[in-house]
Parts: sequence; C-alpha cells; structure tokens
Amino acid sequence: MNKIIRLLFFFFFFLGHQIIVRSQSQIEMADDFRGEGKIYVVIMVVLLILAGIFLTLFWFDRRLSQLEKQIGDKK
Amino acid sequence: MKYLIKAYWWKPLTVFLLIYTVIGGFLMPVPRLPILNETIRILHFHVPMWFGMIIMFAFSVFYSLKYLSTKNFIYDLYAEHLVNAGVLFGILGIISGMVWANFTWGEPWSNDPKQNASAISLLIYFALIILRGSLQNDHQRARMGAVYNTFAFAVLIPLIFVLPRMTDSLHPGNGGNPAFGQYDLDSDLRMVFYPAVLGWTLLGFWIATLQIRSVNLQKQLDYE
Repeated sequence: MNKIIRLLFFFFFFLGHQIIVRSQSQIEMADDFRGEGKIYVVIMVVLLILAGIFLTLFWFDRRLSQLEKQIGDKK
Repeated sequence: MKYLIKAYWWKPLTVFLLIYTVIGGFLMPVPRLPILNETIRILHFHVPMWFGMIIMFAFSVFYSLKYLSTKNFIYDLYAEHLVNAGVLFGILGIISGMVWANFTWGEPWSNDPKQNASAISLLIYFALIILRGSLQNDHQRARMGAVYNTFAFAVLIPLIFVLPRMTDSLHPGNGGNPAFGQYDLDSDLRMVFYPAVLGWTLLGFWIATLQIRSVNLQKQLDYE
C-alpha cells in the first residue's frame, strides 16, 4: 500500500513537473495577436481581396458566355 | 476540359473552397513547431501553387498527346493555356517560397536543391512559351509545342520529385523519405490543406478556361 502511494506520488509529481516545463518552453506563436481578435481584421481584408478577384472572374465569365451566345446565334 | 468549360457548378465550389481555406487557414489550430512558428499557415497557400502547377501541366501533356494523335487544334489550345496558367502558379509559388524561406531559412535563396530544380523547370517552361511565340505556322507551332511540352514534363518530374530527394534539402520530406508522413502533416493541417489544394487548382483551371474561351471566340470571328 505504502509502495503504491509512493509510486502514485512520483507519478503525479512527474506529471505536474512535465506540465510546468512544457508550458514554460512553449514555442512562441501569435497567441496575443489572436487573443486581441486582430486576426479577424486580417481575415476580413484577405477575404475582401479574394471577393474582388472572384467578382472579376465571374464578370469575365458572364461576358464570355454572352459573346459565345451572340456568335452562336449568328451562325 | 470540354466538360469544365460547359459546366458551371465548380466555379461556386472554387469560391467556397478558397474562402474556407482563408478562414480555416488562419483560424484552425496548427502544430507549434520551432523556427516555423505561425508561418506554418503558409502551407495552405504556397504548396497548393505547386500542386496546382503539376496538375495543370499533367493535363496539358495529356492534351498535347491528344493533339499529336488527332491533329485537332482545340487540344493544342487547351494544352497551351493550361501551361500558361501553370507557369503563373509556378511563379507565384517560387516568389511565395522565397518570402517564406527568408523568414525560416534566413535567406530568400539558399541554393536548396528543390529551389534550384523548380527554377530550372520554370525556365524550361518559359522556353516553351517563347518557342511557341516564335513560330508563325499554326501547324508547326502546335506540333512543336506539343512535343516540347511532353519532354518538358518528362524532365520536370525527376527535377522536382526525384533529384531533390537524392541529396540533402531544406524542404521537408527531401533527403530521405517523402513528405506527408505522419510527422510532417498532422490532421489539423490536412483538414485545410487538401481543400486548399483543390480550391487553388480549380482557380487555375478557371483562369485557363476563360483564356481558352476568349481565344476560341476570336478564332470563330476570324473564320467569318
């Protein structure tokens, strides 16, 4: 019994030690940047630019379809 | 290609996939790795450029061979514009790679085998575009383009996939076992990466089909 308690004690000591060590040596990521919610600004800007590109592509697509139809009707 | 030109459903799909790529790529959890830190998210934007390029080049070779066997000019048109879109993706890939390398490897160009090989393969494809532009005769241009395109692809595969793996490379998965092992790409990244590859590739095909359709219209006008 005593042995098991001692083993458990060591196990939890090791676990706690690992958690502390891991959290201290954590690799630096942009966590603060995310925490402040600024990442959403970045996403909004990128999505806006993508939306502009897509609108242009859809516009070209429609224009080409119209021209194809016109030439098809002519024949 | 003929189906893609007629069908419409894959265009909204492209839009959806790329919006998902941006939102997921910036917000989904990523593995915390030293040196790479947050820049690992570039994976969803830089690598799909190369995947898209390879897929478009492969389709282009397929149509080049089809042209050589049928002598139908429409296949040559497909092959030409797929190469153009692929080269655009390659240039974007190499520039985005240099920006990424400047942060992670310390310099934009470190003469990494894969960097050099991809630069060489892009030069080969530039030569193809110049060769096509310099020939006046339609039949000659199409035939030379198709033959050159086939050989260019045959050189591209060992340059990008084989040679960098035979030496030490800074790119993951080179100098040993292939990339996309369980250590290189975890399941969080895969959730965004595969849709990203599909989305960017479809965007390349979209650009190619727009060009093919406009050139086709011009040809029809010329015949009248």
